[in-house]
Amino acid sequence: MIPELGEFALILAMLLSALQGFFGIVGPAVKRERWMAAVLPAVSGQFVMVAVSMGCLITSFVNNDFSVKYVAENSNSALPLFYRIAALWGAHAGSLILWIFLLAFWSIAAAIGTARLPKPFASRVIGVLGVISFGFLLYTLATSNPFLRLDPPWPDGESLNPLLQDPGLAGHPPVLYTGYVGLAVAFAFAGAAMLEGRLDRDWARWTRPWTTAAWAFLSCGIALGSWWAYYTLGWGGFWFWDPVENASFMPWLMATALIHSLAVTEKRGLFKSWTLLLAVLAFSLSLVGTFLVRSGVLVSVHSFAAAPGRGEFILAFLVVMIGSALALYAWRAPLLKSEAGFELTARESFLLFNNILLVTACATVFAGTIAPLIAAPLGLGKLSVGPPYFNPTFLLSILPLMALLSVGIHARWKRGSLGNRARILILTLVVSLVIGCGVVFGLFTGGRVLSPIGIGLGVWIIISSLIDPIDRLRRHITIPRAVLGMTLAHIGLGIFVISITSVEAFTAERDVALAQGGTTQLGEYRFQFEGVKPIQGSDYDGVAGTILVSHDGSPVAVMHPEKREYFVQHIGTTHSAIYMYRVSNILVALGQDLGDGRWSMRVQVRPLVTFIWLAAFIMAVGGMLAISDRRYRIAEAREPAIEPVGAVTRSGAG
Amino acid sequence: MSRFVNRFTVPLAIFAVLVVVFAIGIKDSPQKDLIPSPLIGKPAPAFALPSLTDPGRKVTSAQYRGHWYLFNIWGTWCIDCRIEQPMLLKIKQAGIIPIVGLDWKDDPKDARTYLKQAGDPYQSIGMDQDGAEAIMWGAYGAPETFLVNPEGIVVYKRIGPITERAWEQDILPRLPLTSTPDSASSS
Amino acid sequence: MRQRAASIFIAVLAASLLLGASSAHAIAYTQMPTPQLEARYLHLIRNFRCMQCQDESLADSPVDLAAEMRRHIRDMLLAGKTDQQIREFMVSRYGYFILFKPPFVAKTAWLWLTPGAVLLLGVITALVIIRKRAVLVTSDPQDDDLTDA
Repeated sequence: MIPELGEFALILAMLLSALQGFFGIVGPAVKRERWMAAVLPAVSGQFVMVAVSMGCLITSFVNNDFSVKYVAENSNSALPLFYRIAALWGAHAGSLILWIFLLAFWSIAAAIGTARLPKPFASRVIGVLGVISFGFLLYTLATSNPFLRLDPPWPDGESLNPLLQDPGLAGHPPVLYTGYVGLAVAFAFAGAAMLEGRLDRDWARWTRPWTTAAWAFLSCGIALGSWWAYYTLGWGGFWFWDPVENASFMPWLMATALIHSLAVTEKRGLFKSWTLLLAVLAFSLSLVGTFLVRSGVLVSVHSFAAAPGRGEFILAFLVVMIGSALALYAWRAPLLKSEAGFELTARESFLLFNNILLVTACATVFAGTIAPLIAAPLGLGKLSVGPPYFNPTFLLSILPLMALLSVGIHARWKRGSLGNRARILILTLVVSLVIGCGVVFGLFTGGRVLSPIGIGLGVWIIISSLIDPIDRLRRHITIPRAVLGMTLAHIGLGIFVISITSVEAFTAERDVALAQGGTTQLGEYRFQFEGVKPIQGSDYDGVAGTILVSHDGSPVAVMHPEKREYFVQHIGTTHSAIYMYRVSNILVALGQDLGDGRWSMRVQVRPLVTFIWLAAFIMAVGGMLAISDRRYRIAEAREPAIEPVGAVTRSGAG
Repeated sequence: MSRFVNRFTVPLAIFAVLVVVFAIGIKDSPQKDLIPSPLIGKPAPAFALPSLTDPGRKVTSAQYRGHWYLFNIWGTWCIDCRIEQPMLLKIKQAGIIPIVGLDWKDDPKDARTYLKQAGDPYQSIGMDQDGAEAIMWGAYGAPETFLVNPEGIVVYKRIGPITERAWEQDILPRLPLTSTPDSASSS
Repeated sequence: MRQRAASIFIAVLAASLLLGASSAHAIAYTQMPTPQLEARYLHLIRNFRCMQCQDESLADSPVDLAAEMRRHIRDMLLAGKTDQQIREFMVSRYGYFILFKPPFVAKTAWLWLTPGAVLLLGVITALVIIRKRAVLVTSDPQDDDLTDA
């Protein structure tokens, strides 16, 4: 009964999204007020139907309804309630429902948020979102229906992959998808602008908050995923340049470029077609990422199991959505021109380089990710592209970006010339590099050539970001929230750079085999193995080891890494023990039982690793703070746009 | 600048190329887990392994110089190998090409018992108890089968069980028509 | 003289045996005779892909095959092979796929050159745009009083 209701609601949602798309896009084109007025009811109805559908699926999970195929494949009566609900997005079909739900949520938020904007424009925005919703709903119903029934129903389910039985599972996909999907709003704003044939500073101002909000969620989502991998997989790694990770990172890089490009378009009316393209590409990368993860074209431990037909459908969807958006771009973008000027050392220039470097970074990650796809037809056999490729090539664009950041935030619009700030900046640069060298060579041993530079740059970013706010405070000028948010976000980035450099440079680790009472030394840390004892959980059993950790002689922690064996799925997992001591993480993970009470294990000390994810969170908070600035709540333009409608010369391209 | 080729149409053009790449990717995705062997066209590793069935004797690559043979890596722990077993027996029945087995990381007793029960398709079987030999052949799973020519060059590698189709379309056509059931010195 | 040497030898042998006995409690699982070899060993096993669990390195993979290959690498290191020889051994059997780092050969050159090429293209484009816009500065009266952010 309930699954059928869910499926029915989904079908209704699909129909409503079709109406939403139709009225939203065609209404303004034929100038029918009634049609444009129908958009809000359509999107509201869609949201309600999607919510009902998702509610039905959740109910099926909670009630252990194993007559529903998706529930039977992903849940089990021994699974705790919390994970039974989270299992909803544990596999392909359910995660699509999550996608659709979040898209509907963003759509209705956008409908409310654009209520005071010009009606035709707002209608088009929601209309584009409707088309996207329709595509996803059609795809789900056609190829990945989670409400399919099993006849006869299974007595019990297959249970969730034990790796996914974790608070991280509850958090990571919803937050990540919120960001991923949120970029659709920027895409819709771009689509509306292209359909209308104009793009002005107001457009940029309207688009900024939505983009930044999606970016903030995406930042948190990626960080959550990385943190989850870190403490779940147990070997201390947190980023593997895996295709699925890259699939979420590329939209993030584009979105970051977009945020900065929007700033220029809003302030100076420049980079219009470029900003437009970025807005299209950011969400396009989200879609491409969806394709890569679910179609089965790439090898990854994270990717969903691929069923035949899925890949083709998503590809067709990509062609329609992205193809039409880019075709629209090719048609409309040549109309967008501006006559504004700026100097080499002006803010616009720095932001231009910001964009170039971010897009280069994105292209780099993209090349490495799809290289295996290209290699096969080119007769290269199987190509493998891993961290040894991504790390150096990514740094190639990112290091200059970090360096330019500290200077760029002080550049003034249009005319550049840092004035007396230049001296302060040089001073702070020197101080930062000294700190960098001091930390690397003084406090710790080891590290690489880039380490002092990495730490120095991070410190410089933080100090540089603080100069302006401190100056304003001294002169009793209020700091607008937008500036505060930007400062916080950049400080977060600085912390991020420092933390990653530290982890890469100063991590100490060792694989050992220890018998009861055996010890090993890692720098000033001493690890003593006290054997293992059996443990039992609701759907697993296993062993937990006891390791005593001391630093410089004084006891620090007792750690209990585990090895679990899950009954239903016959999968063994390793749960490493992680302890935060001062600013470092101590990790212990059990390896194999070597017999005679001897166990192999890995011990690690990772300085500053937790700050990596903290930094991402700080960046997201900075973004959200910036959005809350009052000026984004003003709907009308305070001054006329640079390019009024129809006044642009249509001289053809070039 | 031309009307159709300008910086505004470039993104669309690049996307079109990408779509083609993805389409090819989808088409090829069933094979994406199969790693092509770099040994194809290269000499097979020379081997001298203790025989499973005849302790004290050795199974060597020298014994098979001048003959075509299939080198099949298997183990009693391997489920797909049991699926492959009837096919291997058929190949033995056909008498066209001998199969040399590599018993990979197996207990010899278990292996002998298994072959007694399920039938022995092999002309000779070498034991690889520590796994070193399988690594020499670049094996990463079982069953894997190599087709080696009389000069000792690896001509073809089959990953996974040999099916009727694989036998008829991939292996047989590579054998010369006048191939006769050889009796390389068996163990 | 010889007796002295013999007794010293026996003393050293006894001492090393005793030391060996006490460290039996803490034998490193991947113990190599020297720190340099240990560093090379760790570096090698971290940069080879496990062929069964294709997403993990040989260092992290729990499967038997990975343990086998680690042992093989260890034996090769102890036999005095260079890192390059070990890499060639693995690649000759498993192909380039076993490396996480794509090789720089004719067919993969595009992959390695793309980042630099895109960066160069981008920087040139930026400079061209800046040159064009810098000229427009004096003729454009707008926004001379803008503040930041």
